[in-house]
Amino acid sequence: MEAILFYLTATVAILSAFFVTQCRNPVNSALNLITTFLCLAVFYIMLEAPFMAAIQIMVYAGAIMVLIVFVIMLLNLGLAVRTRYRHGLAGGGVLAALTLFVVNYFIRAGEATATGGSVTSEVISSYGHTELIGRAMFVDFLLPFEIASILLLVAIVGAVILSKREV
Amino acid sequence: MITVNHYLLLSAILFAIGTFGVLTRKNAIVIFMCIEVMLNSVNLTFIALSRHVGNMDGQIFVFFVMTVAAAEAAVGLALMIAFFRNKESIDTDDFNMLKW
Repeated sequence: MEAILFYLTATVAILSAFFVTQCRNPVNSALNLITTFLCLAVFYIMLEAPFMAAIQIMVYAGAIMVLIVFVIMLLNLGLAVRTRYRHGLAGGGVLAALTLFVVNYFIRAGEATATGGSVTSEVISSYGHTELIGRAMFVDFLLPFEIASILLLVAIVGAVILSKREV
Repeated sequence: MITVNHYLLLSAILFAIGTFGVLTRKNAIVIFMCIEVMLNSVNLTFIALSRHVGNMDGQIFVFFVMTVAAAEAAVGLALMIAFFRNKESIDTDDFNMLKW
């Protein structure tokens, strides 16, 4: 059952990710990208990380994609013309295949070490995933969390400055 | 039985597709979306390995990757709008003002 769900979702994720790269209309690419994000949220639930799945749907499929679709609509782009140069396509394909083979080699060459940590299925079901995340974030990773908020502030200021006509 | 290797291979495939899109497309927004696919494949790796080793740190890292992606989306799209205002295009062939 789990295997069927995994392979089905993986197929949808890979196909929609491929269509992101191939659609001529950027809006279609954006819709395919949302499908990929939703498939990844399904994987996060299968990996017993429901909070990350909720964040994936709300932040990625919600906020970031709305921003991208908004900009596509704002710029009102036409269809992409088919490129005349095919060697760019061949080079990109070769490099992507090389990436895939190298990563595949690394996956098959080694085993993950330091397994058997404290967070098991029993711990997740008794405490709840959100509580575990909250504890890790606000106890162990408090300083990076604060730095992330400063990063977001800088990004807001940068976006306003960049899109203003006159500073 | 689905092991961690299945998830790692899936995220490798998604990463390769994202690389392919970044290298072959000309539209800056589509390139941006392909970068999002690559970021998400890395997120899947983080969560799969975090589950595999029984440690929460990988999922916190995913949180920070999402923060950086949100900041990148805001600044990157503002850059594209500023560029479009000057050149009436977001084709990467037109991004050649620093070339000599």
